[in-house]
Amino acid sequence: MDSSLSSNLFALPDALPLDSGGVLDSAQIAYETYGTLAPDKSNAILICHALTGDQFVASPHPLTGKPGWWERMVGPGKPVDTDRFCVICANVIGSCMGSTGPKSDAPDGLPYAMRFPVITVRDMVRGSIALLEGLGIDRLHAVIGGSMGGMQALSLAANWPDRAERVLVIASTARHSAQNIAFHEVGRQAIMADPAWAGGDYYALDGNGPEAGLSVARMAAHITYLSEAGLTEKFGRRLQDRTAKSFGFDADFQVESYLRYQGSGFTQRFDANSYLYITRAMDYFDIAEEHGGKLADAFAGTSARFCLVSFDTDWLYPTSESRHIVHALNATRAKVSFVELSASAGHDAFLLPHEQLDRVVEGFLNG
Amino acid sequence: MAEMPHAPVLRYDLRAIAQQIAAEKTDSEVLDIGCGNGALMAALESTGCAMVRGIEIDADLVAQCVGQGLSVVQGDANSDLVDYPDDSFDFVVLSQTLQTTNRPDLVVEQLLRVGRKAFVSFPNFAHWRTRAALLFKGRMPMTRTLPVSWYETPNIHHVTVEDFRALVAEKGARIEQRWFFSDGEVISTAGANWRAEIALFEITR
Repeated sequence: MDSSLSSNLFALPDALPLDSGGVLDSAQIAYETYGTLAPDKSNAILICHALTGDQFVASPHPLTGKPGWWERMVGPGKPVDTDRFCVICANVIGSCMGSTGPKSDAPDGLPYAMRFPVITVRDMVRGSIALLEGLGIDRLHAVIGGSMGGMQALSLAANWPDRAERVLVIASTARHSAQNIAFHEVGRQAIMADPAWAGGDYYALDGNGPEAGLSVARMAAHITYLSEAGLTEKFGRRLQDRTAKSFGFDADFQVESYLRYQGSGFTQRFDANSYLYITRAMDYFDIAEEHGGKLADAFAGTSARFCLVSFDTDWLYPTSESRHIVHALNATRAKVSFVELSASAGHDAFLLPHEQLDRVVEGFLNG
Repeated sequence: MAEMPHAPVLRYDLRAIAQQIAAEKTDSEVLDIGCGNGALMAALESTGCAMVRGIEIDADLVAQCVGQGLSVVQGDANSDLVDYPDDSFDFVVLSQTLQTTNRPDLVVEQLLRVGRKAFVSFPNFAHWRTRAALLFKGRMPMTRTLPVSWYETPNIHHVTVEDFRALVAEKGARIEQRWFFSDGEVISTAGANWRAEIALFEITR
């Protein structure tokens, strides 16, 4: 499958045990590496991607041709300096960029579709740990992630505490809130309401699957990635390629046109069933719940250094969520740093140029 | 006096704190509240403190600290100390910040709860220059240690050496050590409430 993606493929030697109680047999993980692994393997950094991200953190996306999603942060001489560090970025289990997910073939030769087991963020990390073991990396210099990537970084720190010396969590949370779940449910219902979804068995059908539903899901989610001020600044009430309102339902406003573009662009590169599974995994995410209800217990005895970064306009995973994690880490006397950075962009700020973020990331990795 | 290799030049009150901590307990655990650019933290780490943490309200300064490998949490002395468990630290440090807090009395309570001992330094509002400015000019003093006009100063709760002594007594706490500074130099304790520009106290429950 997807040989055109040309990522490295790692076949898990054993069945992957899942939080649901099931297992995933003969799974594979697609990953990219940047930089050179030191002979003692001490310079590895794992970067975990967000919901719709992929392993192409610092190289062009093979389907869209666009630059890697964090090229401004990762590369030679960049804050995550690939002249010094060996960066590993793996496509999560359940996704659609080469790692085993709902569009992969099940052992019976047909796509899993909705037969794919429901996974969790911890299951994704379990896959990454298997990959690290395959690469012979016992201990990471750092694990880094923004948004869902930050959840993976926290999950790794909580469940595999000896695996990472540094844990950098940007614009993320230790649990999905009711509001987070609510937005995801809108997206899932949009996909499942599309007749082309066909109960998830659209792979063998004519057409491109539930593009309309997936597009709406992306549009709704995209609003949560931006701030109200950012949207106003970027679009205001300006009209799109016209001087007057059409008194119809075309994309009169620039913001409508932008969202439609975002939605349709997304369907070119993402599988609708993967979107269902990964959003479900995020909704199930609650590290405290995994550890007897107390977040501090999740990190008890950790020797890792933590750094949390939030953005003041991020209402998806607001500063209060990062502070909640910081309090828990303080209670366990962990080495923790935290900073709330100012940015107009909202949640998406972690992907955009930000001088202070660069300084924090670079300093934290070198300190 | 402990060796402090590679340490930048510390402000005099911070230098006294660093020396006192090194003299009392070598592997101590310290929380620096309002740690600024992390100068004291870096000095403490270089003299063998087992654990040094900072709280700083300014994002730029936090970024600077993290960039030096220090563990600093962006936060506010007014609200965030309550999140730390009792006896979390051997020492907590609040240098030239007390007079900027909303309720200095409550902050001192938190210092004494979170740390076994606390260092508190502040500009002494009863210094003769301050008194003179008020007495002769009838204006709110603007001096070396209080250089900002009354309407924009962050120092919202001016305090004197005697006020602080009274507060410590009121809280049932004890003064272990005190240092008084004028012109960046340690001065004698005689007439300190007149002569000290900056006062530094080490207090304990």
